[in-house]
Amino acid sequence: MLILTCPNCGVTGEETEFHGGGEAHLKRFGPGSSEGDFHDYLFSKVNPKGVHLERWRHNNGCGKWFHAARDTVTLEVFGTYPAQTTEPPQHIRDAITVKRPGWSWREFA
Amino acid sequence: MKRYSAFAVAREALRNNTGWDRAWASPEPKKKYDVIIIGAGGHGLATAYHLGKNFGITNVAILEKGWLGGGNTGRNTTIIRSNYLQDPSAAIYEKSRSLYETMSQDLNYNVMFSPRGCMMLAQTQHEVRGYERTAHANALQGVKTEFIGPERVKQLVPIINIDGPRYPVLGALWQARGGTARHDAVAWGYARACSDMGMHIIQKCEVTGIEQSGGKVTGVNTNRGPIGCDKLGMVVAGHSGHLAEMAGFRLPIESVALQALVSEPIKPCMDVVVMANTVHGYMSQSDKGEMVIGGGTDGYNNYTQRGAFHHIEETVRALVETFPMIARLKMLRQWGGIVDVTGDRSPILSKTPVDGIFVNCGWGTGGFKAIPGSGWGFAELMAKGYSPLTDAFGLDRFYEGRFIDESVAAGVAH
Repeated sequence: MLILTCPNCGVTGEETEFHGGGEAHLKRFGPGSSEGDFHDYLFSKVNPKGVHLERWRHNNGCGKWFHAARDTVTLEVFGTYPAQTTEPPQHIRDAITVKRPGWSWREFA
Repeated sequence: MKRYSAFAVAREALRNNTGWDRAWASPEPKKKYDVIIIGAGGHGLATAYHLGKNFGITNVAILEKGWLGGGNTGRNTTIIRSNYLQDPSAAIYEKSRSLYETMSQDLNYNVMFSPRGCMMLAQTQHEVRGYERTAHANALQGVKTEFIGPERVKQLVPIINIDGPRYPVLGALWQARGGTARHDAVAWGYARACSDMGMHIIQKCEVTGIEQSGGKVTGVNTNRGPIGCDKLGMVVAGHSGHLAEMAGFRLPIESVALQALVSEPIKPCMDVVVMANTVHGYMSQSDKGEMVIGGGTDGYNNYTQRGAFHHIEETVRALVETFPMIARLKMLRQWGGIVDVTGDRSPILSKTPVDGIFVNCGWGTGGFKAIPGSGWGFAELMAKGYSPLTDAFGLDRFYEGRFIDESVAAGVAH
């Protein structure tokens, strides 16, 4: 069972208290964008075997969204951080690098 | 290949079972094949079988990183049905179900197909309307299903509690010709037939890279050295995204863990498959007497092949409510598999951006029932570049918004 800490309210809870929201840091493409960009935004998933940055919602708690860095093979959570950012903060990247040197996820490393 | 028959059993009984051959060979890989299939699970082996049987292509290697049928083929709950809503799905799943009917004879291998009937319970008004709609669609598609009332449900499944406290049974979608089969035997039967046609099944051979030249596939790198090919079929379920990345493209797929469990064996008490999608659980009884139970998927990407404990709890709670007599059963084993889920809950059988690479994936939580039909259609696609069975399941449907929305038929249990 995953144990996550919500960065909004500071509560640490089991995964039943949260709800996964899929891949994080999507760049949105709407009307006017190319078909390829729109398709990739909607459907192309990184779906990595390893480090994954994703969205979660504390739906049985404060109800707010946040981000988490997690390993999809070991289920280790490297850290959580607020949703109000377009890229993972440096301390999260450092925390992942300590455990998974040389990692990369989309354009981030 | 020596044929299996009652006569062969009698003959071997007289000579102390010394005359049985190995069911399939374990050859060393050659330098090059016409076709390489990655993944020796049900879908990969069925594809190879139909490449040989329907199109005479037998210079084929099937590469498997683990052991034959050790992925989702050996981890599912063996349900076979074809009561889908959309026309393309009904076509491929019904083709598949009909191939299961004669599979034991076709392969000369007993896959224990048991058309015992498959029942999907309607426990909310919404589900009643959904399944009535499916029954009507199936009538137009030529798939024999019917919507039955609660009395008929109770008659078919005496152990069910039809006036449950939370979700009374309001009816069910009943497919009398659905059922189950022995999952391992399906993989073994295909493997034996493929090996007999001269194909190479190479186990413990993990693909580590894909070689291309001028936008066309030329071969794969493996832990047993490079192997060349003209055409490459990726049939690796949960790891499809991982392989696609090696080939340089992405798939509209996310991998999640789906789990199942079996109880201790008990006397025969339920001779149909029952699926309860509202409460997230489905159950059938195996020939050994174990109650085979399937649950829901974990709600986040993972590759762990086990699944979260609270999902088992949820499934078992739902089934105890639906079948009160199983409350004191002990559970023997629990396991998980990595399923590849697409946005519209329909599979992908398609060409890819790389010339010569074909992909068969996205069967999500319900691939076992589709094995023979998927193999039939995908072999045709690989051999001829087009198959009427797989045409609607191309990757281009995500660009064109031409989805095959099966979330009604496949929202939870599959």
